[in-house]
Parts: sequence; structure tokens; C-alpha cells
Amino acid sequence: MNKIGLIIKREYLTRVRKRSFLIMTFLGPLLMAAMYIIPIMLALNSGSSSQNMRIAVVDESHWFEDSFKSNEQRTFVNMPGQPIDSVKEMVKTGVFDMALYVPPTQLNIPSNAVVYSIRQVPMEMETYISSVMQKEIEDQKLMAKGVDPEIVSAVKTSVNLSVMRMDEKGNEKETFTQVQFTLGIVLALLVYMFIIFFGGQVMQGVSEEKTNRIIEVIISSVKPFQLMMGKIIGVSLVALTQFVLWILLTGVLYVGFSAFVGLSNPEILSQGTLMSQEITSTDIVNNENVQNILQIVHSIDFGTIIVSFLVFFILGYLLYATLYAAIGSLVDNNTDSQQFTLPVTVPLMVAIISSFYIVNNPDGALSVWLSMIPFTSPISMMVRIPFGVPIWQIVVSVLLLAATFVLMTWLAAKIYRTGILMYGKKLSYKEIFKWLKYK
Amino acid sequence: MANITINEVTKKYADHIALDRMCIDIPEQCIYGLLGPNGAGKTTLIRILNQITAPDSGEVRINGELLSQKHIAQIGYLPEERGLYKKMKVGEQAIYLAELKGVKKAEAQKRLKTWFDKFEIGGWWDKKVEELSKGMQQKVQFITTIIHDPQILIFDEPFSGFDPINANLLKEAILELRDKGATILLSTHNMASVEELCDCITLINHGKSILQGRVNDIKRQHDTHQREIIVRADDPNPIYALGDTYNNIKVEQTDLPDETKLTLFSADSNELIARLLGIGQIVAFKEVLPSMNDIFIQEVQSQNQAS
Repeated sequence: MNKIGLIIKREYLTRVRKRSFLIMTFLGPLLMAAMYIIPIMLALNSGSSSQNMRIAVVDESHWFEDSFKSNEQRTFVNMPGQPIDSVKEMVKTGVFDMALYVPPTQLNIPSNAVVYSIRQVPMEMETYISSVMQKEIEDQKLMAKGVDPEIVSAVKTSVNLSVMRMDEKGNEKETFTQVQFTLGIVLALLVYMFIIFFGGQVMQGVSEEKTNRIIEVIISSVKPFQLMMGKIIGVSLVALTQFVLWILLTGVLYVGFSAFVGLSNPEILSQGTLMSQEITSTDIVNNENVQNILQIVHSIDFGTIIVSFLVFFILGYLLYATLYAAIGSLVDNNTDSQQFTLPVTVPLMVAIISSFYIVNNPDGALSVWLSMIPFTSPISMMVRIPFGVPIWQIVVSVLLLAATFVLMTWLAAKIYRTGILMYGKKLSYKEIFKWLKYK
Repeated sequence: MANITINEVTKKYADHIALDRMCIDIPEQCIYGLLGPNGAGKTTLIRILNQITAPDSGEVRINGELLSQKHIAQIGYLPEERGLYKKMKVGEQAIYLAELKGVKKAEAQKRLKTWFDKFEIGGWWDKKVEELSKGMQQKVQFITTIIHDPQILIFDEPFSGFDPINANLLKEAILELRDKGATILLSTHNMASVEELCDCITLINHGKSILQGRVNDIKRQHDTHQREIIVRADDPNPIYALGDTYNNIKVEQTDLPDETKLTLFSADSNELIARLLGIGQIVAFKEVLPSMNDIFIQEVQSQNQAS
């Protein structure tokens, strides 16, 4: 046992001291923070930095001449009677930022228009123009049918649909599909990334020992199984360290950023937390919205998510790490690892691709099966967890995963201890199968 | 002090038998040579001793006790395929390997310093392995093999990659270890070092022992009773004339113009010497024993033909 400790210590220390570990540790949170910060920055920019835009309106239908409202960000200038070509020239010379052209129509209500601009037209502007026109046209149509638009706006109602999940005891809980959707995908991607990345490190470490020819020196001191498990556990501790550091650093960055931006613009900050919501307008998020966000945050069962993430991530990693260790023992150099890594990466790919199906139907038969099959369950179950999964399913899934891990460790250890001493031989699956029977 | 008994050890692989009822007795405090052509089963036997693989049948005993995990700390093994972690620092790595053999860190550090100084690589302690030359890496590997003071040492081609000066340093270190009480198993194709170092040998071919015993006894057994005499005479013609009167003498000119070499294929040389005394000055007389190299080739070839 003491020897396994030594191996774990070496595996851990050599990896944590590497420059690439440091870079990853700092880059990860920066990327994560960027996911928060960039939308916020964009929102801030569209609100303040875009100066007054001047839009020339050439409305040959004369329907919309009074419809467009100017404010401090946009100024609409009616150019009645001007030919559109000369207005386009003015856009080119910079008198106007863009020109809106509504072609003439007879009898019918116009439904098409063109915007001419040198630069990219902001999304916001496009939305504004088309919504104003739409509104105007609707009003006109209503009036033509003899309906007063006033009445229409008076009867307009917005329905607030709450989704309540109940359990057998009658407890009700409000759910927010959008948030669960995002959370499920993010968790699945995290598990996937960690398995591929750190599983790959195990494989690389094993094949490095083999190529370096240090392997025989080591296994004359420790059992191959001890070496394999020491490496797998050592790397898993590196993964956990990385994960914890990411969480801490992301927290620090987030708090730092909040202090920087948040004090002046508290409403924007709350927009940032709701990544899933599109930030298309700079409308002030009112108090109700903030309430909403708090409610959403409270609705998420972070305890269950964190515990199950750790359990599924660790077990999933262990399962795949044993397979990667076995593969690492088979390859002399990295070029011929392909034929052996493929069978391992396929279930991971299946799981990650199907997670887009699972988020739409988390309790469907396929979703349940994928979250039970040990090779896909670490990813598929994480997609389902934010939606709420019956405890018995989680327990069965974890037990299956753990049992498969034990079985695979036994198989992998047999392949590993023969593979690490095998040089310059072209290996087939048939040959490897024989190794399982060696004493 | 440790002796090793290998008894009826058999190991089969999918397509061939690596060891076939192998029996070897290795006495304590002796350098024992393990010889044989490539693929004869030497490495398999060594791996069994190191408990890297297990035999299909048969047993290995150390001082009468069945080989077990506790013996790992008593064995030092320098494999033929050897390497080090390239990115790790030399000293750190040596300590790690010593700790894996059960030496406490402080003790390992102390012993390593001594050996590093002895092998003149003390200044490399904090360098990464990849910065070392191959010869220096070999020295580090040798030191890590013996750092836990093992009673049994197994060296597989220890001299490969060493220049003559360092090979000599290594040879002296091996002899010193033997004199201090270690039992040493030496597997090599370098027959000169077998003659210089080994007390006993076993020659393996196709998983079977085909020749076993003390080096001197084996040479004696393969003695073809040759004697070599070198005579100095200004006129070599009487020597050639004398040679013609015997049918078991070969006469040839040496590199020097006034020296002639006679090879006598018989143990009875007194009469010839008496007659040579009248012709010239006898500069050298020696008994020619076959080299281990000759014995190796002869034995392996005759066994291969028989099978």
C-alpha cells in the first residue's frame, strides 16, 4: 500500500508541476469568465458606445412616415420625394449611417423594405425597424376590418406559465426548462472533457513508461497492478485539483468582475448570470426579473448536482482511465494507438451527441437507458440530473458503473501487465484476448 | 548471503515454450553467468526471479524459502531494456526508485550521494535525465539497482553502452559487491566479461540448460590439449624440419622475423621441448584452453543440429 502511495505522489507532483498544468489552470477560468463577460460587454457596448445613428427614411408608400421614433441612439430623418439612389449616395459619403427604403405600393399594404448601409446593421436596429413596420401594418389591417387598435392593445394579455414538478408526497417545485437545459449540457460537456483529457493523460503516461523502457525497472519493485492504479489515482487527483482550482478562480474572477461592473450596473450583472437568455435589448431588467432569477437559482438543487457530478465524474473517469491504461500498454508510439482508442471514444461520442436529445426528453426510454449503460451513463446521467431523476435510477446507475469499473480494472490489468513488456510486435485483438488467460 | 534454487521451472507462451523444466543452483556469494543465444529463455527466467511473471510449474527458492513478495526488497535488477523518466531530475528519480525498493528517503539520499561521488556524477543531481549522456544514464541506473543493498543482483547486459573506462569501473564495482557477499546473476553475450567475472555459468538454448558448471571446470572439460610454444632462433628451418617429424604439430611464423610458433595438439610436450632447447631460445610456453566464446558456439550449434 505504501508503494501505491509513492506512485500516486510521483504521478501527482510531476503533473502538477508542469507548465501546461499551470497554463490550463489559469486559462480555464478565463474562458469560463469570458462566457459570462463577453455577453455583458456586448450588452454594455450596444447601450452606450454606439453613438447616434442617422437613418434616412425614403418611404414611397407613405405609410410609415410618422412611425419611427427617434431617441438618443437613433435619429430617423424623413426624405420624402428624394430618389433612393441619391440617398444611397449620401449613405456612401457618410451623411447618413443607413437608408431605409420602402417601395411604392398601390392598393395593397406594403410588406417589404430595404435597408442600405456601409457597415453591418446592428441586430437591434433590424429588430426595431421590422417590429415598428409590423405593428403599423397590423394596425392598418385591423382598422380596415373596422377594429380599433386601442381595443386590441387593451385585450393583449401575457400569460405566465409556471411548470411545477410534484413528487408522491405532494411537494411542488417550480422548474425552469431553459436553465436545466443549459446546465445539463454544460455538466455533460465537463464530464466528457475531463474524461477525454485526463484519460488521455493516463494513456500517454503508460505508453511513455513503456517507450522509455523504465517499466521493467519499476515492475521489479512493484506489481504492475499497483503501478497502473497508482497512475490512475494520481491523475484523478490532478483532475480534481484542476477542477477545484477552476471553481475557485472562476469565483474570484466573477467576484472581481462584479465589483468592477456590478456596482454601477447591477441589472446588467443579473443578465450575465442568465447566460441562456438572449441579451438583445438594453431594456432595464426590472425588479420582477431579478426576483425571477433568484427563484431560478433557488429552484436548482445544487447539492444533488455537485454530489452526483463528483460521483459520476470520478467513476466515469476511473472506468475510462483503466481502458486508456490498457491501450497505453499496447502502443509503442502514438501513431498506432488509433485502432485501439476508437472503441473507447465511440461510446463517449454517442453519449455526448445523444445529450442533445436527452435535454429535450429527459425521461424518455432512450434517455433512461443511456443513463444506465455504464459506458454512457457518466455523461447521459449528468444531462438528466438537473431535470430531477428518481433516486432509485441514480443508485442503479451508480452501482452498474461501479461494478463495470471493477470488472474492467480486472481485464485491463491483465492486458496491461503483458502489454507493457511487449515490444515491436504487431498486435491484434485476437492476440490480446489470449493474454487474458495468462497466469 | 543468499543462494537461489531454481527447480523444474517451466513457462509456456501461446506459441512456444520459453523454459522447459529448468534447474539451476546458484551458490551464495558467486557471480553466476546466464548465457544463451537470443530467445533462449534468459529474460523469461530473469523475469520469473523478479516476480514480473510467474512460472507455469516448478518453483524458485531463496535460501530454501519459496520466492515471495518479501524477496523483492532483497533483489536488485538491471534489465537489458532500461530507461529513466526523461523529464524527472536525476536525484529525485534515484530517490523515488530507492523508495520503491523500501529504502527510507533520508537513508537513500545519504547512500546515493556516496555512490554519485564514486561514479563521478555528483554534479548532475539536479539535472534532468534528458540532459545526461547515455553513459551517465547507465551509471545512474546501475546505482539505483544496488542502492537498497540487495543480497541478490541480476544484471542483464550491464556493460552495453559503457566505454572501456566506465566498463572497468563497473566491473570493479560488481566484483566488490560479490566480495561483500552479494549473489550476482549476470546475463550477457559478452564472453570476455564472462571469463573475467563469472565463477559459474549455465548455457541455455531453446528453454533448456545444455551446459552447467564452474567456468574453469567447463574449460577443462572442453580442453583439446593444445600447447603453444614460441621459439626464438635466427634460422627457423630446423624448427620446420622438426615439425615435419611429428604429425600433431603446426609450425608458423609469428609477427616477428626471428620468432616461430609451434602448436602442439597433445598434452605430452616434454620431448618436443627437449629437442627445441638445442635449436633456440624458448620465449613462451602456454596451455591453450578453449575460450567461452568457442564453447558457446560449439555447444549451441551441436545442440541445434541434434534437434
